[in-house]
Amino acid sequence: MTDETMDARAVLHRPEGDRSARARLAIIICAVLLVVIALGSLGWGASDASALGVVLDMISGGAESVPARDRIIVWDIRLPRIILGMLIGASLAVSGAVMQGLFRNPLADPGIVGVSAGAGLGAIGVIVLGGSFLAPVTAAFGIYALPFAAFLGGLATTLILYRVATRRGQTSVATMLLAGIALGALAGAASGLLVYVADDRQLRDLTFWNLGSLAGATWTKIAAAGPIIGLTLVASPFLARGLNGLSLGETTAYHLGIPVQRLKNVAIVMVAAAVGASVAVSGGIGFVGIVVPHLLRLAIGPDHRYLLPASALLGACLLLVADAVSRTIVAPAELPIGIVTAAVGAPFFLWILLRRRGLLDL
Amino acid sequence: MIEAMDVSVHIGSRRIVTGADFQAAPGEFVSIVGPNGSGKTTFLRALSGDLGYEGEIVIGGRDMRHLKPWQLAGIRAVLPQAATLAFPFTVREVVKLGLTAGRSGVLPGEDERLPERALAKVDLEGFAGRLYQELSGGEQQRVQLARVLCQVWSPVLDGVARYLILDEPVSSLDIKHQLVIMNIARDFARRGGGAIAILHDLNLAAMYSDRIYVMHRGRIAAAGTPVDVLRDDVIARVFECELRVNVLPSGGVPYLLPQSVARAAG
Repeated sequence: MTDETMDARAVLHRPEGDRSARARLAIIICAVLLVVIALGSLGWGASDASALGVVLDMISGGAESVPARDRIIVWDIRLPRIILGMLIGASLAVSGAVMQGLFRNPLADPGIVGVSAGAGLGAIGVIVLGGSFLAPVTAAFGIYALPFAAFLGGLATTLILYRVATRRGQTSVATMLLAGIALGALAGAASGLLVYVADDRQLRDLTFWNLGSLAGATWTKIAAAGPIIGLTLVASPFLARGLNGLSLGETTAYHLGIPVQRLKNVAIVMVAAAVGASVAVSGGIGFVGIVVPHLLRLAIGPDHRYLLPASALLGACLLLVADAVSRTIVAPAELPIGIVTAAVGAPFFLWILLRRRGLLDL
Repeated sequence: MIEAMDVSVHIGSRRIVTGADFQAAPGEFVSIVGPNGSGKTTFLRALSGDLGYEGEIVIGGRDMRHLKPWQLAGIRAVLPQAATLAFPFTVREVVKLGLTAGRSGVLPGEDERLPERALAKVDLEGFAGRLYQELSGGEQQRVQLARVLCQVWSPVLDGVARYLILDEPVSSLDIKHQLVIMNIARDFARRGGGAIAILHDLNLAAMYSDRIYVMHRGRIAAAGTPVDVLRDDVIARVFECELRVNVLPSGGVPYLLPQSVARAAG
């Protein structure tokens, strides 16, 4: 050991191999970054409405005489969109991280292995059949009908996937990805059938929704998806120790005192709920769940006690940035955000695959 | 005391272990030997609580079926034959996972330094910052042992003896580290805990064990002190190998050499 490393250790008071200090720092940085990006997004958009002006107006009780148009743009268009973006980004990134921990595999992602497609099928079912066949369901659940149906679709897909891909606690990457393709295709086919019978108005809803977008963000959507996503985000840290143990295998996790079956059940329901709620309000926004946890593992290591909160924060940041890009890159028109995340995420996914194969070491 | 009474284990429709009676008392190093496929690992997994079984297993006076995972984790720690790791944890982070159950038995403040102490014990000082996946097989095995030691650091906690359950703990180690690991397990037993190990090396088993169980075709074929169990006839019957067991002049520890096959034949 060199003198420098000894000094560094003395300064940090951290034993070698302990990355918790770095992880805490990363969480703080992500949190600050999120606040900056969120405030920036509030003030930045196609219109020149000044967020600062609107906020000052609110505080001073109307003394600033801001046009009503600006007030609407900031409070009813930009703010719900930002809040929804943060919720969805956090939810997708945490779902990805939890799923990867559950499958003991860094390539598991709700979008890639068909969970989003399953959730999408549930959502499309409600959109298309909500007025007719499923009318009692929509009547009973109100704004929650969509997230709930998406949750059921996501849950069914996750359960089947887990059964198919995992044997004696070991997940085969190949089986998982292939089963994911099959399940995604199946859900896609069923969704296609529903699209076929949809009327014109429903079709417009569907197309927009299908590509993944935050454009339709409203306070109602936040009320529908927010509580579910909020709950899963708050619950996720309680899975952290279990997921850490699970990375040594199911048997060893059990030897460490972890109730493995219960952990798996909770994790599966949680992922399905978070993905279902996200897909219901914003469609299939892909790759956030794989990019964010992967980058964080490189930076702070795989300890889920830090990885999960950091994923939530960085996922929220990433989606806000992607949304800003989607709003402005073809202004005054708008690109669906799913295209932006896929354009960045898909090459990233290939890069991970190549690295794992040892062909490329960047 | 860990005690198994008339324990049988099925995997699928196949019966792997039949009517095994077994005891390991605090203070004892007990080893299980036997040919490949004789049911050793399956039996050990039943003792660890991983597999369903018929019969009774009592650990610390309590029926194992009634113990929750976290209660069991406070009584026994298990070293698996092989462990794969899904994510790039550092060596220190892997060892620290041993503290998941929170029953190491040291004072609260000392937990933080436990990984370093455990790594020093298994002769891996200075490895804490390395990535687990970049280590050799033998080094990984010792990291896992350090993790297991953290879990039950104090051999006795609140008056209850705790157990190390080791499945082939020295299988991929060089001779120096075989002795290091065996000494750790024996020391754990001397301090009031219990150690149960599957061993393939009969000489190590003879050297370190207070008692040896020999398994053969899913049954306990012989049990007793090394001198009682390691006899020519037992070796011939169980391992189907005509070897001559010798005894060291000092201490009366039996040993056997593969070379004695030729002597016996000649």
